[in-house]
Amino acid sequence: MSRLTIERKVLEKNDAIANDIRRSLKEKKIFTINLVSSPGSGKTSLVERTIENSKDKIKIAVIEGDVQTDLDAERVEAFNIPVVQIVTNGSCHLEAGLVRDAYNKLNNNDIELLIIENVGNLVCPAGYDLGEDLKVVIVSTTEGDDKPLKYPAMFRNSGTLIINKIDLVPYTNCSLEKLRSNALAINPSLKIFETSCTTNEGIDVWCNWLESKINK
Amino acid sequence: MHELSVAEEIINITNQYLPKDNNNEVISVKVEIGRLSNILVDSLNFCFDALINDTPLDGAKLIIKEIPITVKCEDCENIMEIDGFLFQCKNCESTKVKLITGNELKVTEIEIND
Repeated sequence: MSRLTIERKVLEKNDAIANDIRRSLKEKKIFTINLVSSPGSGKTSLVERTIENSKDKIKIAVIEGDVQTDLDAERVEAFNIPVVQIVTNGSCHLEAGLVRDAYNKLNNNDIELLIIENVGNLVCPAGYDLGEDLKVVIVSTTEGDDKPLKYPAMFRNSGTLIINKIDLVPYTNCSLEKLRSNALAINPSLKIFETSCTTNEGIDVWCNWLESKINK
Repeated sequence: MHELSVAEEIINITNQYLPKDNNNEVISVKVEIGRLSNILVDSLNFCFDALINDTPLDGAKLIIKEIPITVKCEDCENIMEIDGFLFQCKNCESTKVKLITGNELKVTEIEIND
């Protein structure tokens, strides 16, 4: 009987690919965000509003991740932006290998901002590095102010929080103040924005900040 | 749901350590799972057992060591385990705490009957 003592990260293969992607993105000076949230929080709507607001100032490309359909890619394509759809066929998160293949398809485009829209899920995508500069978590006011406490890993691993659907606050029992303090209790360094993709409130503040992150 | 792909990776890593002739029985595989890694232990066990059927690992036991979240306070330098997920120092209430353990997701030992 023998015992082998080893020290191997379970997701080392994913991490190695993510690091390759990160290196390539850095070389090409592409700033990349990984958008994560529950299904229906407004990831695709935020992508649309961000493109509308910023596409004349920065060159944007999008990688869409969904379990099925290319409906989201169609929405983005309407803006004449390079987009690649990943269909995971049941898998609940994007992995670096899938993103690498999609990224290779975008390779001939001149890009300054790459938006990766992850599969709607607040659990699994937290553990998978995709080579991004920044993980942005979206939570909408209709989901309730306790979301950060229920899904702490995602809020801990993200650098930015977008509170979306703020136009609907009067119709919910969500307290923005409580939502903020719950999120900051999990991750005190979170940068927080408040938006409505319906009224466009806060979109300019978010986009100005995002544009400032891009390496000119 | 990602317990399935995590179980697959654990098996892939274990297979790399098995001798080529492979008449050896794998008795156990030890893994460390941090509380922040979002892994459901029961689900991981279930996926591992389902995947090793009729493979060189058939019959191997997955031994899971759960790692608590520990942090170091950057203000008072105390090191402590935190119970929930509130990243605040229990001593001075500072929120400037650095994660020490809790993100683990690794294979640490393979026991083989050779």
